[in-house]
Amino acid sequence: MTPRKQHTACITGVADTAMGELPGSTALGLHAEAANAALKDAGLTAQDIDGVLCGYSMTVPHLMLSSVFSEYFGISPSFNTAIQAGGATACIMLANAVALVESGACRHVLCVTGDNRLTGMTRDGAVAALATVGHPEFEQPYGMSVPASYALVAQAYLHWYGVSRDELSAIAVAARKHAALHPKATKRDPLTLEDVANSRVIASPLRLLDCCLISDGGAAVIVSAADAARDTRKPVRVLGSGQGHTHEHIMAAPSLTEFGCKASSALAFAQAGVTARDIDVAEIYDSFTITLLAELESIGFFEKGEAGKAALAGDLSLGGRLPTNTHGGLMSYGHSGAAGGAFHIVEAVHQLRAEAEARQVRGAELAFVHGDGGILSAHCSLVLGQE
Amino acid sequence: MDLPIPTPNADTRPYWDAAQQGRLVLQHCSACGAVQAVPRSYCGACHSNALIWRESNRRGVIASFSIVHRGPTSAFRDHLPYVLALVDMTEGVRLMLNVIGTDRLDTQIGDPVEIVFEPRGAEGFKMPQAQRSRV
Repeated sequence: MTPRKQHTACITGVADTAMGELPGSTALGLHAEAANAALKDAGLTAQDIDGVLCGYSMTVPHLMLSSVFSEYFGISPSFNTAIQAGGATACIMLANAVALVESGACRHVLCVTGDNRLTGMTRDGAVAALATVGHPEFEQPYGMSVPASYALVAQAYLHWYGVSRDELSAIAVAARKHAALHPKATKRDPLTLEDVANSRVIASPLRLLDCCLISDGGAAVIVSAADAARDTRKPVRVLGSGQGHTHEHIMAAPSLTEFGCKASSALAFAQAGVTARDIDVAEIYDSFTITLLAELESIGFFEKGEAGKAALAGDLSLGGRLPTNTHGGLMSYGHSGAAGGAFHIVEAVHQLRAEAEARQVRGAELAFVHGDGGILSAHCSLVLGQE
Repeated sequence: MDLPIPTPNADTRPYWDAAQQGRLVLQHCSACGAVQAVPRSYCGACHSNALIWRESNRRGVIASFSIVHRGPTSAFRDHLPYVLALVDMTEGVRLMLNVIGTDRLDTQIGDPVEIVFEPRGAEGFKMPQAQRSRV
């Protein structure tokens, strides 16, 4: 494989909005709130933005969300488009923003996400809308849902690697401990292995507390060209990026225990010139306990069958071998669709800037961020580092 | 509420038409020999359009399963708990099906299953489903 050119782009602004149940919020209002906050974080103004990338919103389904957003926000960028890749959207937006600034097409690209899927639609409505990632003829008529599809992966994992209930639960508990340290996290009350094991079954072997939240919230990330980043407050380098795509429908996945995150992370690590062992803090898409467990092992942070044991031993916690999802992740911090994946980026930047307060990983110089869309279908990995 | 039935399109109609006659048919590529689960206009392995339909022997094994207690829509909430499964057919393709039958909740990975046809809705649209094989 020909070595790829080194990245030069920087993340210059990040922000997320309040999280959880936000009565009165709107999807576009959350976009605008996040955009304003990210501009302030960077020390830039709306006039500095010449590229806009949006994701998708379930409460404002639209063919041209980026045009709708730019009109709503009041900007006329010279590059404007929307990207849809489920939970991988935020990382893929960022990777595209990097390409835009490195090609010279843009100087400052605003990647902006948000959804009010908790108060703007019913929980049942959200579950039904998400199930449309299933094949309309060959999966949905069988009662496929996103939790049931991840449950198919979990069942295979339990069968082949003997993963225990406590090992899965430990993933949720580790996230909750981090969320307790984040003032904006939705779920901050203590959680035990027993609480997870005793929560009601959603789709065996997954229980309620194995599952992510449904939240209102927004997040924005500004990516700038190297020279344009100099005027900003505290830029963070994008050192590596990569994608991996093996299927959309879980019935077509080539494996139930190895996924596209293996290829995406290998590309990102190679471009950054680092290995998994060099990573100080990881922010990895965790829609379900099994999602994080499968990704940690597929990426190579842990051997097969070892990630759950590592979670039980505290390896994923602050002070552990690989502090992971230090904001609390999708199960305890919040999950608002495309914004859910962006929260991981925001947290990684806070860690690298040493602005993570009580959750700060000491000496964090290299962060790994990962997004997964569909049923472990679309993957995008990023390696971020201090400027 | 009736469970949903698929809306066939030009790619998939032969599959569903055969199901209505109690037959499971799969697409085979006569250029490269690949078999594919979701019918298409082209082979997903070699991209040829030389696809032919062959009748399946209707036997497979459970690759994975979940007993679902929270359905995605109100129709499925009337049928809880149901068993969602991935079935590896002897022809080498993987189908998503429900395991049906009185012993469905005993399903385990590796169980041999056979394909049966379950009527749905007023018209009795026949859906391929999996049933654990009697040993």
